[in-house]
Amino acid sequence: MKYTEDDLREELKTKEYEYGFYTDIESDTFPAGLNEDVVRGISKKKEEPEWMTEWRLEAFRAWQEMEEPEWANVNYEKPDFQAISYYSAPNSKPKYDSLDEVDPELLETFKKLGISMDEQKMLAGVAMDVVIDSVSVATTFKKTLGEKGIIFMSISQAIKEHPELVRKYLGTVVPQKDNFYAALNSAVFSDGSFCYIPKGVKCPMELSTYFRINQAGTGQFERTLLIADEGSYVSYLEGCTAPSRDENQLHAAVVELIAMDDAEIKYSTVQNWYPGNSEGKGGVFNFVTKRGICEKNAKISWTQVETGSAVTWKYPSCILKGDNSVGEFYSIAVTNNYQQADTGTKMIHLGKNTKSTIISKGISAGKSQNSYRGLVQIAARAENARNFSQCDSLLMGNECGAHTFPYIEANNKTAIIEHEATTSKIGEDQIFYCNQRGIDTEKAIALIVNGFSKEVLNKLPMEFAVEAQKLLEISLEGSVG
Amino acid sequence: MELKEKLVSSFMAFEDRIDIDSPVHDIRSEAMKTFETDGFPGKKNEDWKYTSLKSVLKHDYSVFPKQENHIDYQQVKKYFIHDIDTYKIVFVDGKYSSYLSETTHEGIDVCLMSSALNKPKYRLIIENYFNKIAGKDSITSLNTAFSQEGAYIHIPKNKLVAKPIQIIHFATGNESALMLQPRNLIVVDENSHVQIVERHQSLTENPVLTNSVTEIYANKRAIVDYYKIQNDNEHASLIDNTFINQRQESFASLHTFSFGGKLTRNNLSFFQNGERVDSTLKGVTIIGGKQHVDHNTLVHHIEPNCESHQDYKGIFADSSTGVFNGKVLVNKEAQKTNAFQANNNILVSDKASINTKPQLEIFADDVKCSHGCTIGQLDETAMFYMRSRGIPEKEAKALLMFAFSNNVLSSVKIPEIKERITKIIAHKLGVNIGFDL
Repeated sequence: MKYTEDDLREELKTKEYEYGFYTDIESDTFPAGLNEDVVRGISKKKEEPEWMTEWRLEAFRAWQEMEEPEWANVNYEKPDFQAISYYSAPNSKPKYDSLDEVDPELLETFKKLGISMDEQKMLAGVAMDVVIDSVSVATTFKKTLGEKGIIFMSISQAIKEHPELVRKYLGTVVPQKDNFYAALNSAVFSDGSFCYIPKGVKCPMELSTYFRINQAGTGQFERTLLIADEGSYVSYLEGCTAPSRDENQLHAAVVELIAMDDAEIKYSTVQNWYPGNSEGKGGVFNFVTKRGICEKNAKISWTQVETGSAVTWKYPSCILKGDNSVGEFYSIAVTNNYQQADTGTKMIHLGKNTKSTIISKGISAGKSQNSYRGLVQIAARAENARNFSQCDSLLMGNECGAHTFPYIEANNKTAIIEHEATTSKIGEDQIFYCNQRGIDTEKAIALIVNGFSKEVLNKLPMEFAVEAQKLLEISLEGSVG
Repeated sequence: MELKEKLVSSFMAFEDRIDIDSPVHDIRSEAMKTFETDGFPGKKNEDWKYTSLKSVLKHDYSVFPKQENHIDYQQVKKYFIHDIDTYKIVFVDGKYSSYLSETTHEGIDVCLMSSALNKPKYRLIIENYFNKIAGKDSITSLNTAFSQEGAYIHIPKNKLVAKPIQIIHFATGNESALMLQPRNLIVVDENSHVQIVERHQSLTENPVLTNSVTEIYANKRAIVDYYKIQNDNEHASLIDNTFINQRQESFASLHTFSFGGKLTRNNLSFFQNGERVDSTLKGVTIIGGKQHVDHNTLVHHIEPNCESHQDYKGIFADSSTGVFNGKVLVNKEAQKTNAFQANNNILVSDKASINTKPQLEIFADDVKCSHGCTIGQLDETAMFYMRSRGIPEKEAKALLMFAFSNNVLSSVKIPEIKERITKIIAHKLGVNIGFDL
């Protein structure tokens, strides 16, 4: 028998009490396992409207039919999706009472990154005594944004306050059935960010999840929806350079960007999830679907610095739908020890005179594997499409690997596509040159790596760039053989 | 009946006619099992993502030609490199044609696979080399299962083969549709040098499908120079699987010129099983109509201090489609590897398309590997320069395209072949160019 919407509605009615029970219980964590009840439960917990619950269920049903992808060049033990708890409310209780209790190794890293005392406390989950500062900052921010008509809030809040916007755009770039992890995310996403820039507005500051940090930990299934209306501009920063000691093993986030006519979105990410220890035990699995759509004359630029996670599976993409639209992808992926990264981008050229640039820098050290996987597709009607791709890999040590899998599909004769890739190691002569001038080998390598990644680092917003540069040094510490 | 079922049942008939007690037959049965399990590769297979065999497999191919067919030399002379003296191994519909051939056993063996497989004096070579590097994929396995006839070339130590060897496969098409599965084995021992030209030619409008496997062994310091001329008519399709094993300090180069055929798939694998090995893979593809050419290359760097050079050029007109899937694999031990790969393409028509996937998989750190890939058009300023000097558009275009493929042509070591290729290109581009590039 076919399960219809009416059946579902009926079921929802009769089962109401059951869900009431979920809301009533003291514990904020769901038992492990995933089924329709859990999906409904999450939706209920977040007080979502019915269409949202439906939307999640649709994704869940699609997910059940799907298989975990295996084509990526990574090896890991598949997570047991029934052993994960899909909802746990943000823990409001501080983990530590003072900084002294925090892991000294973590503090050392903070120090190297030059993170301020307050931020250090926030990041490590220490109870804050000087909260006033950050709160006031946040309020000023909110006021300025409010004046411009910019909506920037958590996605659960947006579902309640701006359902028309969310409903219109959610899932339009990354449909529920897009892939295994996107479907899983669509079914169970806990929270995330929502941002709307109205017509013609240039967002006056870098939007960042930074200042929301004490509002809510976004959890392992994050959903971001960013809409830039006609002629607007926004620069969005995600993540932070500080190491995140997250206990969740699996992260499956979805990011959707919509750049309408003449709009521009700059999306920068610094990812530094726990990569596991030096023997490759533990660490976060980061399976992310990020995609943006460009309308006429619009531009989307992805910049990412990936240093963390045991396994990364991430392809920020641009659909260049409108004429004259531009897509950019700048990436640095660093892997050390037993880390594995399979990352790259997709540039789908549909409109006329569309341009895309891909600069990808992979650095592998230790016993890690670093892959670039990308697609440049020129549709038959995409006249005068232009693409330039450059993928450089740097190898340190003879036990790591660097791989390049670029796919190029051209269906229009006016397309101009250039792709180049190189793989090399740090030249002994380069290190010798530095040594000669009194720079020790470790510093020399940091210098060379920085030079190697400069093209991408330059694309990051200023304060991020400084931190990212330091982060590179730290990530490669001890990899000099 | 589906082609797969037909082949499976033909295998039983095939077994009745051959010596099933020989060790080679175990290899055949094993290969047949692989093919039976895997079947023909579909689009889901990553290696065949851009090439569909569907249109090729739909015909009812006859697997064993019923009668021997004779062709007149004058009729096919143009397909030979006839202006120089060469050894020739010629097959007509998969059967050896002695009157068109010129084989030898003097010092070197230029003869037939069937005799190598059956005669005891070749047993050692067959044991040591037959099917040792050929792939285990279903297409190659299919050929292995039916392997019986083809060219067998063995050059012993310290021999410089004075004249090139031509291997030509003709299909007469007296059958309605014909499937051919030639199997070639080429062993070049220490310090020897050989030049080989291979060609598949259909003389009919009936569909012909050739699934060819060639194993080439370049032993210590051997030099192998191999040319594949693919200029078949539009009803013939070719799946060419070539595997080259190189021992230390050997030098192997393979040029593929793809101008004809309905569907051409080149699976080319180089294995560098020795130090200081040099491999060259080059190709020019100029196609139009509804033609499809797919180059699938692999260079596996296994030992240190080796080099590989890949250079593939493609010009695609009309509704033709091209695929380049090149893979360079560098093992952990293969330090000091230099691997280069270039793939340049020109799309001349709105309906033509090209899919390329140049891959690098590198596990060693002290290497220099690079690949470059471009898709573009002819330089407009260069066109304008020539037009303003009175060169007609067609000739100007042709000149630029010649220049574009010159990198590959310039490394052809047999002048007659170079001349022949130049002529084919000129014909292909519809111009009469009387100069040598």
